[in-house]
Amino acid sequence: MSTLLDVKDLRVSFPTRTGVVEAVRGVSFTLGRERLGIVGESGSGKSQTGRAIMGLTPEHGRISAEKLEFNGIDLTRASKAERRALRGKRIAMILQDPKYSLNPVMSIGRQIIETLRTHEPVGRAEARRRALDMLAAVQIRDPERVFGLYPHEVSGGMGQRAMIAMMLVAGPELLIADEPTSALDVTVQLDVLGILHRLVADRGMGLIFISHDLRLVSSFCDRVIVMYAGRIVEELPASRLSEAEHPYTRGLLNCMPKIGVDRHPLPVLDRRPEWAL
Amino acid sequence: MNETAMTRREWLLTDRPQSRLQARLGRAYVTWGRFAANRLAVIGMLIILGLIVLAIFAPLLAPYSPYVGDLAKSRLLPPDAAHWLGTDDQGRDILSRLIYGSRLTLQVVVLVAIIAAPLGLLVGTVAGYAGGWVDAVLMRITDIFLAFPKLVLALAFVAALGPGIGNAIIAIAITSWPPYARIARAETLTVRNSDYISAVRLMGASPWRIVLRHIMPLCISSLIVRVTLDMAGIILTAAGLGFLGLGAQPPLPEWGAMIASGRRFILDQWWVAAMPGFAILIVSLGFNLLGDGLRDALDPRGSSQ
Amino acid sequence: MSTAERRMPARRANRRAFATLKSIAGFVVVVATTYLGLLAVTFFIGRVVPIDPVLAIVGDRAPSHVVERVRQEMGFNLPYYQQFFLYVKGVLQGDFGTSVLTTNPVMTDIRRVFPATMELATVGTVIGAAFGIPLGVLAAVRRGSLADQIVRIVGLVGYSVPIFWLGLLALLVFYARLGWTSGPGRMDVVFEYTFTPITGFFLLDAILNRDWAAFRDIVSHIVLPGSLLGYFSLAYISRMTRSFMLNELSQEYIVAARAKGLSETRIIWGHALRNAAVPLVTVIALSYAGLLEGSVLTETVFAWPGLGLYITNSLQNADMNAVLGGTIVIGSVFIAINLLSDVLYRMLDPRTRTR
Repeated sequence: MSTLLDVKDLRVSFPTRTGVVEAVRGVSFTLGRERLGIVGESGSGKSQTGRAIMGLTPEHGRISAEKLEFNGIDLTRASKAERRALRGKRIAMILQDPKYSLNPVMSIGRQIIETLRTHEPVGRAEARRRALDMLAAVQIRDPERVFGLYPHEVSGGMGQRAMIAMMLVAGPELLIADEPTSALDVTVQLDVLGILHRLVADRGMGLIFISHDLRLVSSFCDRVIVMYAGRIVEELPASRLSEAEHPYTRGLLNCMPKIGVDRHPLPVLDRRPEWAL
Repeated sequence: MNETAMTRREWLLTDRPQSRLQARLGRAYVTWGRFAANRLAVIGMLIILGLIVLAIFAPLLAPYSPYVGDLAKSRLLPPDAAHWLGTDDQGRDILSRLIYGSRLTLQVVVLVAIIAAPLGLLVGTVAGYAGGWVDAVLMRITDIFLAFPKLVLALAFVAALGPGIGNAIIAIAITSWPPYARIARAETLTVRNSDYISAVRLMGASPWRIVLRHIMPLCISSLIVRVTLDMAGIILTAAGLGFLGLGAQPPLPEWGAMIASGRRFILDQWWVAAMPGFAILIVSLGFNLLGDGLRDALDPRGSSQ
Repeated sequence: MSTAERRMPARRANRRAFATLKSIAGFVVVVATTYLGLLAVTFFIGRVVPIDPVLAIVGDRAPSHVVERVRQEMGFNLPYYQQFFLYVKGVLQGDFGTSVLTTNPVMTDIRRVFPATMELATVGTVIGAAFGIPLGVLAAVRRGSLADQIVRIVGLVGYSVPIFWLGLLALLVFYARLGWTSGPGRMDVVFEYTFTPITGFFLLDAILNRDWAAFRDIVSHIVLPGSLLGYFSLAYISRMTRSFMLNELSQEYIVAARAKGLSETRIIWGHALRNAAVPLVTVIALSYAGLLEGSVLTETVFAWPGLGLYITNSLQNADMNAVLGGTIVIGSVFIAINLLSDVLYRMLDPRTRTR
């Protein structure tokens, strides 16, 4: 399996008035054309890891890495323009809530076409046809109609499909999905995950699936990384999750209720300062 | 707790104030810290303090009489060591007139504020607390006044009442209360159904008592910010009325009227009209800076804007 | 998407039509009450005038039976509510009474002078928006930088400076000292006999007449007062643009746009500003209304023969019909602009559009 992404000792920090906040503190992993889950509670640095790979770290943030390579391209050395050319074209990202992550005053069709025409010199009719095909590929039954709708006119599930269509239309090789289903109703979550699963498999993309939901990630991904306080505390194949050794991972697993098990007293997630060292 | 062992700062910032006074002082200290960190706001405050000092001590600070000049020897003199800002066509020292004029400026803003702000506060809190048709009618009236051109309406009022600084103040006050009513109503709506207002009501307090003693005080801080931000506009409107001859009448040293009388000499003796304008600019800039700073300090949510 | 929504049953369509009707009816009520309120205020001002309007017409020395007859003819003996009814009826028919100063009907005078005011306010708003929006965008994008501070100061000074004073200084410097522009007035006297107004907007008229000498002269007259009003509009527009842009730039859809690989230029101007434009339209409309009002002082300084100068001249001559007529016209334009900005807002924001 060829290596798509190689991350070694990635660090992201933000200077603030009260001192430097280190969001990511030395994260290393490699990714092939597989599905990797990154799990952690909020503030664990999982989202900032994803954004650093995208090159979307907020301007005042500082990034350093021994190695940050995508398909042999050294991202630490790449210029702003080079990174921009990669974004949307070869590395794409899906955000959490379509209610906020789609431009409210632009029709869905135009937002999809915009991605395409930013990266490929395609004509108007060709762009439209491909956008409609993409809408059909995310299982929207009536692409022509949805094409002309504005984000506020569609449901959350439909909005997230449009988001996926917008990000995948230029055919990226790596997709970073940052909590792609957390804002959706439970019933639509599975639909969207199914669509995502099929597209990733069919197109042979690499996927980084960022979530706080360990069970969801383990059922959806091949490998799981567990992050705590900006560090990786455990990395293991999803199938061997039950063998997790780190007490933090075990804690996350135990949070899930099981039928027929006495839940008294309710377990509380243990956070020990020494794990953050 | 042993208070003597605490520094004054700790005493102010404690989580467990021993008295209402301590809690209030503590909050004021935090607000002041936010305010003082804003350099421009502090400059604005100094300008306004300077204005107040000038107004109070005008007879001591003014080097000459603001009303009587030496027509024979000191007519239209350019700025020099004897007359720092020059003299006007009647030989009066412009600096002295500006210093006395600060009293008029202060009088205008203070009187407009104490007429318009309580009026708006009353309309807004009553509308917000009463709700129903009282609210609908009062807010419709407020919106009607908001949709009017303020300056033109003030002009028409003064034209009807007759020129003079008193009438100018009334006219400006009549056109400035609607925004205060809107703010007071919005604040009232947020606290109206809170538990502590219900508790006061259950204790048998009359609606008037609730509005006067419990709701109005809560609206004060946002109202002060808005009034301060409006001060610059009030000064400019008053100066405009004075410039058109509808505000303070000669020989009162009102800054807008001074610009109007210096207008004839603008080509050769520019300082006669220019100096009062600088005074207006500095004072209204002071109020704007102060208002911005107060808004940021009292309402940290809006500070990013 | 539910099947019901796709088929769009008649009931839903009806409900939408009803909602639209209701919002139109709401509009009408708001406009009507606001306009009646305006008239009530001007009526009230007209009645509390210390000058007796009858005496103003017949003169101080008229015998008492003449005064009484005129009083009855003008309806001043009727109860106030009837007088108000007649007043509203008159105003709605465009009857503001006669100007004592010009002896013309006030409406005729206003029709003559109003285009000059609108032309000036339009030039001011165009200048204010053309410079204010880019400056506000720059300040928001480079938040906290030196450029941001400068834009902030320029805006604050604009909020604080007396417009008539700045106008005087501008005339002194650019007209009297430097001679870069023309002085007070709308155009040079030499053109007054050769120039035929068509629309009353002289810049437009000069173009229609292909009178380029006149056009240059008009431009050199309007540039000072226009820039002055433009500065005031710029102060307001740049400040609001900055605040709206900061709000938009912190939204998630901006992150998504970056993730798509769009250029910063496209993100700022195509996405963020496109969203900020929705509330900005209201701001620009309000600033236009503000300039109409500011014209009262500006026109006095620049001897600009518009409504503002007309009102101040009438004020000085206690010509109340003219003053109140001018007040009603400016008030009506305010109401119309408020209404228009509301409609534009609905058109620009797809979220409020009824489909």
